[in-house]
Amino acid sequence: MAKYAAPGQPGSVVTYRDRYDHFIGGEYVPPAKGQYFANPTPVTGENFTEIARGTSEDVDRALDAAHGASRAWGRTSVAERANVLNKIADRIEANLEMLAVAETWDNGKAVRETLAADLPLAVDHFRYFAGALRAQEGGISQIDEDLVAYHLHEPLGVVAQIIPWNFPILMAVWKLAPALAAGNAVVLKPAEQTPASIHVLMELIADLIPPGVLNIVNGFGVEAGKPLASSRRIAKVAFTGETTTGRLIMQYASENIIPVTLELGGKSPNVFFSDVASQRDAFYDKALEGFTMFALNQGEVCTCPSRALIQSDIYDGFMGDAVERTRAIKQGHPLDTETMMGAQASNDQLEKILSYIDIGRQEGARVLTGGERADLGGELSGGYYVTPTIFEGDNKMRIFQEEIFGPVVSVTQFSDYDDAMKTANDTLYGLGAGVWSRDGSVAYRAGRDIQAGRVWVNNYHAYPAHAAFGGYKQSGIGRENHKMMLDHYQQTKNLLVSYSPNALGFF
Amino acid sequence: MPRVALTPEAADVLRGLRADHGDLMFHQSGGCCDGSAPMCYLAGEFRTGSSDVHLGDLAVDEFVIPVWMSAAQFEYWSHTHLTIDVVPGRGSGFSLEAPLGVRFLVRSRLLTDEEL
Repeated sequence: MAKYAAPGQPGSVVTYRDRYDHFIGGEYVPPAKGQYFANPTPVTGENFTEIARGTSEDVDRALDAAHGASRAWGRTSVAERANVLNKIADRIEANLEMLAVAETWDNGKAVRETLAADLPLAVDHFRYFAGALRAQEGGISQIDEDLVAYHLHEPLGVVAQIIPWNFPILMAVWKLAPALAAGNAVVLKPAEQTPASIHVLMELIADLIPPGVLNIVNGFGVEAGKPLASSRRIAKVAFTGETTTGRLIMQYASENIIPVTLELGGKSPNVFFSDVASQRDAFYDKALEGFTMFALNQGEVCTCPSRALIQSDIYDGFMGDAVERTRAIKQGHPLDTETMMGAQASNDQLEKILSYIDIGRQEGARVLTGGERADLGGELSGGYYVTPTIFEGDNKMRIFQEEIFGPVVSVTQFSDYDDAMKTANDTLYGLGAGVWSRDGSVAYRAGRDIQAGRVWVNNYHAYPAHAAFGGYKQSGIGRENHKMMLDHYQQTKNLLVSYSPNALGFF
Repeated sequence: MPRVALTPEAADVLRGLRADHGDLMFHQSGGCCDGSAPMCYLAGEFRTGSSDVHLGDLAVDEFVIPVWMSAAQFEYWSHTHLTIDVVPGRGSGFSLEAPLGVRFLVRSRLLTDEEL
């Protein structure tokens, strides 16, 4: 199939409703204040549905439902919860095309990616946490002959999750799967830029989850996210987003003395050592693709390899090939399976990217390709498209230091290993990094020396479940995507049991 | 030396926000998603501390709006002048303007040698 019909058009695999309410207590309920906001598709800029504009009253109602459900859910057997997760995975898998098209329409990304990555990863994530839960064990520690410490996992209770707009379904699933597996009830707020696709998923799986265990409150950050994150009735808050909101959420959490997990982005270095270009073979081709990964998801990835560091002795040749590879990126209708790069998720995101291209030029960075808004013609003229852009400059420039969250890579050279590590670590962030070398020893050392939670060695942008994902430095707190995430959603109960019949003798 | 300024369009939005909410502040964000954008809060809502830099105050009629940034971020931004503008948009963490269908945005220029 070359191109999917747009939602609402004849032959489309998905139909959006005209309006979405909040999903609370197992059913859709209208917002307390009766207000809605229009939701455009970034593909054309046209509105396609409207979404409940939630307020603190709606958040309270969702928290009531979650508290009503959390105790029973937390006491289900692990087999029962794992089965629910597996059934959700099966349901998503059976409707993968529908969800992929829905996701592309809400977010703007190319359907090629939602079909091959977003949705298959979501399926696998539920299955992974179903398995991780079944295999999780507590601990027994024998302190002495008569004293035994039992360590048991208990759910936190009701948790809040605030979801970003770059992978609306997958990022929700990254947070939902471990939280539900661990036995928590959830109140989830989708991003207001991409609030619709999660409801296509919710309607699909609603019958599999007991009412109140998963609640979705839509709305704006200040009106719905803030009352949720600052509520005294949540046991934890998980957030993916930016540093200022991350700090604000920690501030609210400190008032309630609850834990947070935060994923706050990065400015990930992608380091290419000169032996990469020692042969023109499959590995060299792979490395060039690795460079071009900055365009994946239109660059709207927290780990976008947005700084490329190339060893000087291969710089000219490598960059010649890299520019050519980048120019081969096909932009087009996101629902066309041939399209490699779709639309930026919102108008303000488009504007922000263009403002960074502007400051990059002012600072003296050289545009090697791209550097402008793309007008793809026809109905797409109203959408939010940017040409894949390569800047050549210096690591002190702002385009090397700030997350642009667009298809923009800033390239510089390094002389030797130490120079590479110095530049790679000269950043506030430490979420992702890439290292490319045919020398396993160099690749290993670089991977260890770069201060980032995830270093891809001779690959990039893979996100398999069972590989921990999270940040060093200002990139956040906690690790997703791995069974250790279960711990982030659980209390540790210690029963310290004495089997001695004798008094201590103190009193 | 002024490091921050405001477009007339952004000033208009701030007048409305102040009338609806009260005194305001900005904190410039970094990081992903809605990052690298100025966040507008009720004054005091976001706790600044020794890890922040006060970039300056924006005057809108008779009231002033302080603009802050983390000190670590400022090290990389200190050579640029920031003008807060507003564009149609949606979503912005917990920033106050989002429900209005607009989004504050920073436009930057290099500080001149005289300004530095």
